[in-house]
Amino acid sequence: MIGTGKIKQYANVLDKPLGKGKQEVSLSAFAFLFSELVQYNQTQVDNISELETRLEDAGYAVGARVLELLCQRDKGNRRETRLLGILSFVHSTVWKVLFGKVADSLEKGTEHEDEYMISEKELLVNRFISIPKDMGTFHCGAFVAGIVKGQQRPRTTILIKFAEEVLRREARLG
Amino acid sequence: MPPAAPRSGDAIFASVERVNAELFTLTYGAIVRQLLTDLEEVEEVNKQLDQMGYNIGIRLIDEFLAKSNVSRCVDFKETAEMIAKVGFKMFLGVTASVMNWDADGTCCSIVLEDNPLVDFVELPDTCQGLYYCNILSGVIRGALEMVAMKTEVTWIRDMLRGDDAYELQVKLLKQVPEEYPYKDDE
Repeated sequence: MIGTGKIKQYANVLDKPLGKGKQEVSLSAFAFLFSELVQYNQTQVDNISELETRLEDAGYAVGARVLELLCQRDKGNRRETRLLGILSFVHSTVWKVLFGKVADSLEKGTEHEDEYMISEKELLVNRFISIPKDMGTFHCGAFVAGIVKGQQRPRTTILIKFAEEVLRREARLG
Repeated sequence: MPPAAPRSGDAIFASVERVNAELFTLTYGAIVRQLLTDLEEVEEVNKQLDQMGYNIGIRLIDEFLAKSNVSRCVDFKETAEMIAKVGFKMFLGVTASVMNWDADGTCCSIVLEDNPLVDFVELPDTCQGLYYCNILSGVIRGALEMVAMKTEVTWIRDMLRGDDAYELQVKLLKQVPEEYPYKDDE
């Protein structure tokens, strides 16, 4: 099985300095890559929710690694275990590193004790993808939801709501 | 009217919107991981990465031509320089160099020292045949095919396999002359 083999040159990669994380690539490079990811997954699944799950899994892997990376860079190896702490960490630091800005807002959901919402008006990953009408509630935000899922230590559900998503659904229903 | 001067890779890179390279790296890693889980055969993954790269390349070339203002390349040598200096820079933010030209001028190597795709990556023993960056070879092949050049792109050196740099060999197989007029009504 992939991943359980002994890793050669173990010392090498870990010895490499982490770097400041300031390097950048063009937005279109990322957009192309992301669209290939989505397209590939479309060929592997039969329905929308499977597609969302797969994107979420991919995002989860990204999220877990981002968390490690950021904790390492933060010196002191701080690991947030308080709920509010980790949410504000996701909301500001992680969003800033990944998307260049803090998320638009962080709110507490009113229905259940354990729901919070991170709102973002214009999600980077959605900018270059146009969803055909028959895809229903599918959205690439599932990928980002996965990233967030990778961040949390305590077990809570994090509802990600996007203002544009709500608007779009209204338009489709109306 | 003289054509606009071609812009340097740095200038274009500075003017396009950029994202954090780590997001890019991690996303690519997620793709490779998914492929490995789904396909299991390393050769299949290599092929799939190349195919994905090809799909990207055929679209990427449009953006490249639009943003870089280059005029038609006189020969393959110029093409290779364009890819290395302008193309890599404007999309990945790194510069590559071209070397090892053969006598005909149809085969060269593009060498990358810095590769944002492979930050934090190491290959386990179970994936030794994997060309982790194979998407790049597909991108180059696809892009060149859209400008009438059929090429073969292979990896010569791969840092993940212990070499000291990333070296891609680009071999021009043939130049397909453009046909005019296009039959639009098919």
